[in-house]
Amino acid sequence: MDFTLTEDRAMLQDMLRRFFADTYGHEKRRAVLAEGRPFDSAVWAQLAELGILGALFSEAQGGFAGAGFDIALVFEELGRAGAIEPLLSSAILGGGLVAALGTADQQALLAQVISGETRLAFAHSEPGSRYDLENVSLNAVGGDQITLTGTKTHVLGGAEAETVILSAREAGLPGDKAGISLFLVPRQAAGLRVEQHVTVDGFSAATLTLDGVTVPASARLGAAGAAFDAIEDITARATLAVCAEALGAMESAKAMTITYLKERQQFGRPIGKFQALQHRMADLLMEVEQARSAVVNLAGHLDAPRAVRERHVSATKNLIGRVGAMVAEETVQLHGGIGMTDEYALSHFTRRIVMIDHLFGDVDHHLERFIQLGLEAD
Amino acid sequence: MDLSYTAEQQAFRAEVRAFLAEALPKRLSEKVRLGKRLNKAEIEEWHAILNARGWLAPNWPAEFGGAEWDAVERQIFEEEACLAHAPRVVPFGLMMLAPVLLAFGSEAQKRHYLPRILSGEDWWCQGYSEPGAGSDLASVKTRAVRDGDEYVVNGQKTWTTLGQYANWIFCLVRTDTDCKPQQGISFLLIDMTSPGVTVRPITLIDGEAEVNEVFFDNVRVPTENLVGTENQGWTYAKYLLTHERTNIAGVGFSNAALATLKQVAANTLSGGRPLAQNPHFAARMAQVEIDLMAMRTTNLRVVSAAAKGQAPGAESSMLKIKGTQIRQELTSLLRRATGPDAMPFLPDYLEGGDNQMSGLPDHAPTAAPSYFNMRKLSIFGGSNEIQRGIISKAILEL
Ligand SMILES: Cc1cc2nc3c(=O)[nH]c(=O)nc-3n(C[C@H](O)[C@H](O)[C@H](O)COP(=O)(O)OP(=O)(O)OC[C@H]3O[C@@H](n4cnc5c(N)ncnc54)[C@H](O)[C@@H]3O)c2cc1C
Ligand SMILES: Cc1cc2nc3c(=O)[nH]c(=O)nc-3n(C[C@H](O)[C@H](O)[C@H](O)COP(=O)(O)OP(=O)(O)OC[C@H]3O[C@@H](n4cnc5c(N)ncnc54)[C@H](O)[C@@H]3O)c2cc1C
Repeated sequence: MDFTLTEDRAMLQDMLRRFFADTYGHEKRRAVLAEGRPFDSAVWAQLAELGILGALFSEAQGGFAGAGFDIALVFEELGRAGAIEPLLSSAILGGGLVAALGTADQQALLAQVISGETRLAFAHSEPGSRYDLENVSLNAVGGDQITLTGTKTHVLGGAEAETVILSAREAGLPGDKAGISLFLVPRQAAGLRVEQHVTVDGFSAATLTLDGVTVPASARLGAAGAAFDAIEDITARATLAVCAEALGAMESAKAMTITYLKERQQFGRPIGKFQALQHRMADLLMEVEQARSAVVNLAGHLDAPRAVRERHVSATKNLIGRVGAMVAEETVQLHGGIGMTDEYALSHFTRRIVMIDHLFGDVDHHLERFIQLGLEAD
Repeated sequence: MDLSYTAEQQAFRAEVRAFLAEALPKRLSEKVRLGKRLNKAEIEEWHAILNARGWLAPNWPAEFGGAEWDAVERQIFEEEACLAHAPRVVPFGLMMLAPVLLAFGSEAQKRHYLPRILSGEDWWCQGYSEPGAGSDLASVKTRAVRDGDEYVVNGQKTWTTLGQYANWIFCLVRTDTDCKPQQGISFLLIDMTSPGVTVRPITLIDGEAEVNEVFFDNVRVPTENLVGTENQGWTYAKYLLTHERTNIAGVGFSNAALATLKQVAANTLSGGRPLAQNPHFAARMAQVEIDLMAMRTTNLRVVSAAAKGQAPGAESSMLKIKGTQIRQELTSLLRRATGPDAMPFLPDYLEGGDNQMSGLPDHAPTAAPSYFNMRKLSIFGGSNEIQRGIISKAILEL
C-alpha cells in the first residue's frame, strides 16, 4: 500500500493547480457565465496545450496516462477551481466511447479530441429515463443508411460538440440492455435540432430532437445492439470524474469556510471561537476525508472486474452524494447570508457539489444498486 | 386534551375553502403551485383580495381592520391557503411592524400607518441587518443624529428582502454610542423615497435578486417617525422577532410541499416503478411526514399557549428550528425526486414564462432553485444556531 502520488502525478497536479490559481479566478467564471458563453475557449486551448486532455487517455489511445488515479487527480483540480470547461463531456464520455469501441478510422478522432481541436458529447438521457442506463428508446432503423428519431435530454456540451455520440435502440424494448447501439452524428446533421441551455451549476447542456436524422451504417460505433457494456464502463469512469470533481469543490468550500470562521467577527470575536461552530466544522472535515477515501477506492478499482468495480461505483457515488449535500448545506449555513449570494464563490461550489448528485445516479439510486449488486455477488 | 375541531372551527374551514375556491385567481395559484416567482403587482392583487374580505391581518385587533383569529383559526386559514396554492402574504408590514406599532407606537402612528398597510399604499421592508451586524444585531452602526425636529441618518442596511418594491423601511438605528450596544438603539420609520436612500439588488444562489443593500446618505427623517422612546429600540426589535419566528414554523407551506412531493413521487418512474415505491425514498418521505404531523401539534400547543396571555417567548425558537428543518428536508426531497430534470436553469420560466423544454415536467425547473433558496430559512430571523443558544439560556437555564 502506498497513498502518495507517483512523481509524474504529483507534477501534473502541481502544474494544474498552479495553472488554475494563476488564470481561473472566480471573477472569470462569473464573467463567462454572465456573457452567456458556455466556457472559456482560451482556457480550453491552454488545458489541451498543457496535456490535461491527454492525461485522461492511455498511451495506446494517444494520451499518456488515463488510469483511475489520473482521472481523479485532474477532476479534483477542475472541481477545486470551479472550472466549466467540457472535459467530462468531450474527453471522458465522448473520447472514452470512441477509444473503447471505435474502428481504426473512427479512432482517428481521438487525436483531435486530445488536442482540443474538436469536441464530442454523449447523448444518452431521454425524457423520463432518469438514472437507468438501459432506458433507451430513441429509434434507429435501416441497413446501409440508418434513420434516427427521438429526443435526447441533458446532453452535456451538446451544443458545442462537433460530433455527438448518440445511443439508440435497434432491437428490444426500453429497459433491455441488449439492442442498444451508438452512432456518431454530426451536430449539423439535417433533421437534428439542438436547443442549448445552462444548468443550475453553470454548465452548458442541450436538448436534441431528431426528426429522421440519417447517418450511414459506418457511423455506428461498435457492434449493432451491443453497446450497453461500453456505456456502463464509460459511466463508471464518468462517475469517478464527477466524484473527484465534487471532492475538489468540497475542499474549496471547506477552505473558504475555515478562513471565514477566522475572519468574521460577531459578538466581539471571530465566529470560529464558538464551540457550536467548531464542532460542526470538525464533523465536516471528517466527512470530507471520508469522501476522499471513497474517491480513492473507486479510482483504485476502476479496472477491476465488473462486479467489484460497480460496487465501488455505487458506494462512492452514494457517499459523495450524502457528504456533498452535507458540505454544501453546512458551509452555506456557517457563512450566514453571504454564503447565499451569487457574487461569492462559495455559492458556485455548493451548486456544483449538490447538482453532481443528479448526474449518473443519485444517493437513493446508488444505495439501492449497491444492495442489489451485493445480493447478486452472494 | 381534545384534538377535534369544534363545529364553529369546521364551519370556518369550510368558509375559508369556499372563499379560496371563488376568490383566488387561477393565474396566481398556478404560479405558486409551480414554485414560480410572483411580481409586485401579483402580490398586491392578492393582498387586495384578502383585504376586501377582511382577512389580510389575522392577528390585528378588529378596531384596525384585523380578523382577530385565534391560534386554531390562523392555522386553519394557513393550511387551506397553502393547499390552495395561494400566494404568501408579505409579512413585513402586516406581521412585523404592525404588532410593534400596536404595542409601542403612538396613537397618531397607528391611525396613520396601519390603514396604509392594509390598503397596500405602503410596502414595508425590514432594515435590521447590516454588513457587520448579523447575528450580533445589537452591534448595528447606522447612525441617526438629532438635528432639530429631524434625524440625520447615515449608514447601510443589507439583506433587505423585497426592498426593491418597498416605499418604507423600519430600521434599527444607533442614537447613542456612549452605552452598552443594546441601550443606544432606536426604532425609526424611514420613507425610502427620501433623498439619500439608495437600493442595490443582491442576486442570490437561485439567481433571484430577492434581497438588497440599502444605503443612507444624510437622509433626513422627521422625529415623529421614531417609534416609542429613543434608545429603547432593542426592546421593540426583540418583540418583533418573536412574531417573525412564530410565522416561520411554516406548517402550511410544509403541508403543501408534502402534497406536491407525494404527487411527483407517484408520477415519476425510477427503476421501472414509481419513485414513491422505492423503499429508501418512501422511507424518507414518511419520516418527514411523521415529523410534520407532530410539528403541527407543537405549533398549535405553543401558539395557543401564547394566545392565553403567555408570550410565545423562547418556545418560538423551537418552532423556528424544527419548522425550517422540515421545510428544508421537503425541498431537498423534491429536488432529488426531480432527478436529472432538476439540472436545467431556466430563469424565464422561474419568472413566469412557459416551459419550452421538450419532455421536462412542469415542476422540474423550480426544484433546485427552491432547494437552494430555502437554505435561507435556517439563516434569517435569527439563525438556527442563535435559536439553540436562546433555548439553552432561556429554557434550559444553562
Ligand atoms: C467504559 C469507560 C472506560 C474508561 N477507561 C478509562 C481508562 O482506561 N483510563 C482512564 O484514565 N480513564 C478511563 N475512562 C474515563 C474517561 O476517560 C472519562 O470518562 C472521560 O475522560 C470523560 O470524563 P468524565 O466522565 O469525567 O466526563 P466529563 O469530562 O465530566 O464530561 C461530561 C460531558 O461533558 C462533555 N464535555 C466535557 N468537557 C467539554 C468541553 N470542553 N466541551 C464540550 N463538551 C465537553 C463530555 O464530552 C461529556 O459528554 C473510561 C470511561 C469509560 C466510560
Ligand atoms: C434571504 C435572506 C433574507 C433576509 N432578509 C432580511 C430582511 O429583510 N431584513 C433584515 O434585516 N435582515 C434580513 N436577513 C438577514 C438575516 O437576518 C441575517 O443573515 C442573519 O441574522 C445572520 O446574520 P449574518 O448573515 O451576518 O451571519 P453571521 O451572524 O455572520 O453568522 C455566520 C454564522 O455564524 C453563526 N453564529 C453567529 N453567532 C453565533 C453564536 N453566538 N453562536 C453560534 N453560532 C453563531 C451563525 O449561526 C451562522 O451560522 C436576510 C437574510 C437572508 C439570507
